[in-house]
Amino acid sequence: MKILTLVRQVPDAEARVKVSGDRVDLDGTTLVIDGMDEYGVEEALRLREGGANVEDIVALAVGPKKVEDALRTALAMGVDRAIHIETDERLDAVSLSKIVAQVAQAEGTSLILLGGQEADWDSQALGAASAERLGWPQLTWTNELSADGDTLTGRHDVDDGNEGFKVSLPAVITAQQGLNEPRYPTLPNIMKAKKKELRKDELGSYDVQPGVQYLGAEIQTRARLNRMIDGKDPQAAAEQLLDLLRNEAKVLA
Amino acid sequence: MILVVAEHAGGKLGKSTLEMVTAARDSGREGPITLLVLGQDVAAVATEAAAVADQVLVGDLPALAQYNPEVWAAAVTQIAREGEASTVLIGGSRSGREYAPRVAVKLDAPYLEDVIKLSAEGDALQAQRYTFLARVTETVQASGPVIVATVKPGSFAPAAPAGAAGEQYDIELDLPTSRTEITGKSVEKSSRVALSEAEIIVTGGRGVGSPENFAQYVEGLADNIGAGVGATRAVVDAGWRPYAEQVGQTGKTVQPKAYIALGVSGAVQHLSGMGKSKNIIAINKDAEAPIFKVADYGIVGDVNQIVPALIAASKK
Ligand SMILES: Cc1cc2nc3c(=O)[nH]c(=O)nc-3n(C[C@H](O)[C@H](O)[C@H](O)COP(=O)(O)OP(=O)(O)OC[C@H]3O[C@@H](n4cnc5c(N)ncnc54)[C@H](O)[C@@H]3O)c2cc1C
Repeated sequence: MKILTLVRQVPDAEARVKVSGDRVDLDGTTLVIDGMDEYGVEEALRLREGGANVEDIVALAVGPKKVEDALRTALAMGVDRAIHIETDERLDAVSLSKIVAQVAQAEGTSLILLGGQEADWDSQALGAASAERLGWPQLTWTNELSADGDTLTGRHDVDDGNEGFKVSLPAVITAQQGLNEPRYPTLPNIMKAKKKELRKDELGSYDVQPGVQYLGAEIQTRARLNRMIDGKDPQAAAEQLLDLLRNEAKVLA
Repeated sequence: MILVVAEHAGGKLGKSTLEMVTAARDSGREGPITLLVLGQDVAAVATEAAAVADQVLVGDLPALAQYNPEVWAAAVTQIAREGEASTVLIGGSRSGREYAPRVAVKLDAPYLEDVIKLSAEGDALQAQRYTFLARVTETVQASGPVIVATVKPGSFAPAAPAGAAGEQYDIELDLPTSRTEITGKSVEKSSRVALSEAEIIVTGGRGVGSPENFAQYVEGLADNIGAGVGATRAVVDAGWRPYAEQVGQTGKTVQPKAYIALGVSGAVQHLSGMGKSKNIIAINKDAEAPIFKVADYGIVGDVNQIVPALIAASKK
């Protein structure tokens, strides 16, 4: 099988987010591979190492020049080659899925792995939209996966719990916590990755228009009371907290 | 029409459905509000739905007994096309956000995901949504003959019944067969108030110390004050609590009137799930814990001492 892993680049989770004008300003922010996409990359490597017949693992990223760094990380982790479609334009997930589907078809991919939710745009749509464009089934929020020939089995979370599943390729799988622990690229592998193919594609060669316009962004600030109660006397602290919750916040009867 | 896909469980209409009806009324988009009820043996749900909608379309079929993204997407798309829907609203649940993008692709429609506010701007639909782990509120807009949106649970007031009950119609559906075989399901049920419905939530983090302490402190306090129980990922990963209780980026999003965090550090991924709570109360022995930055009331202290005192005092 040929695997396509999708890689996005997002601010490090602990980084401060700032807004300039009508958008989030990432200047000077440390950017990393989206953690959930990293689970997807790791899983592709583990399928191969676990004995599945994996001919090729390609990492795909769509985004500005900097996204190369995330692709280099994926290459250093062990993917075979990478494709970067360079653009500063922000494409919503449903539009982006057009590119994903075209790349998957051109590459003869039968499995797409990506993160369940994007840590920047908080979207969960890319996997499902790509699956629909290709006419493939999808399993989201997967935390267990194994391959036997063309059959994948695993577990994933659903609204009220979790399910075991079995599906034949081709398919789209979205990854989440628990699926694996991503490896750190080692120095020799980082060196090796420099020689691997990182192909640049033009956005113009894909037929895609944004479906959503982004008009503004605002930092969430909600003034909190920050009223601290001294905990040295547990009894008194408990009484005081309950009193505040009953009579000031009025959240307890 | 504005097509709202009803969410329901256990033979009852979900609160999220009533919230979507409000979103539909607020949106100013054209057409009667039409609720689509999909499932098996859903007559009671359809009757509940009729109280808030102009009309209810009922797809009551054995093939719909189990949710499946491909099947749901096909059903909703078919009805949206036949009814020439201007807007399709789907719940921002895990399943809703899973099949809604498929509907958008099938309809060649723009998709507004997990919105907290909706308004018509001429032909366009403008929306607000959270990004960057709910630290930023973004304004987005889409236009087209039909727009698909998912609505974040808890963002709109539940709709009250409007005048006469809407008519109910049985619909015929041409459904695909799913290519995914479900080999077993485990439902994580809590005997307590569902997190999405709870007005008060008591959440335990790793600072609680052990599964036994969790039962004693977190469940003990929750039971005294009629609260739901939540957990951090650290606690779920350690196997102390079921995943169903996890609050955060990869768990549930909640916004109760009061969120009481015991031994929780307040990592961004946790805050993204509970940061919109009306009142946040934190007990942590580390005065520098990030959770205090978002807290309305905080006690710097040891949960082993403070929580038993709280449980005792809240019993009175
Ligand atoms: C992709 C991704 C997704 C994630 N999704 C989620 C998610 O959905 N939900 C989530 O919660 N996390 C999530 N996380 C994990 C998150 O980053 C934190 O690791 C986690 O929230 C920490 O849990 P905690 O606060 O219970 O534990 P810790 O960080 O270990 O904090 C324990 C706290 O308890 C305090 N404490 C210790 N002993 C006592 C005592 N005796 N009395 C009082 N206080 C005490 C400590 O001071 C500390 O602040 C995610 C991480 C990643 C990378």
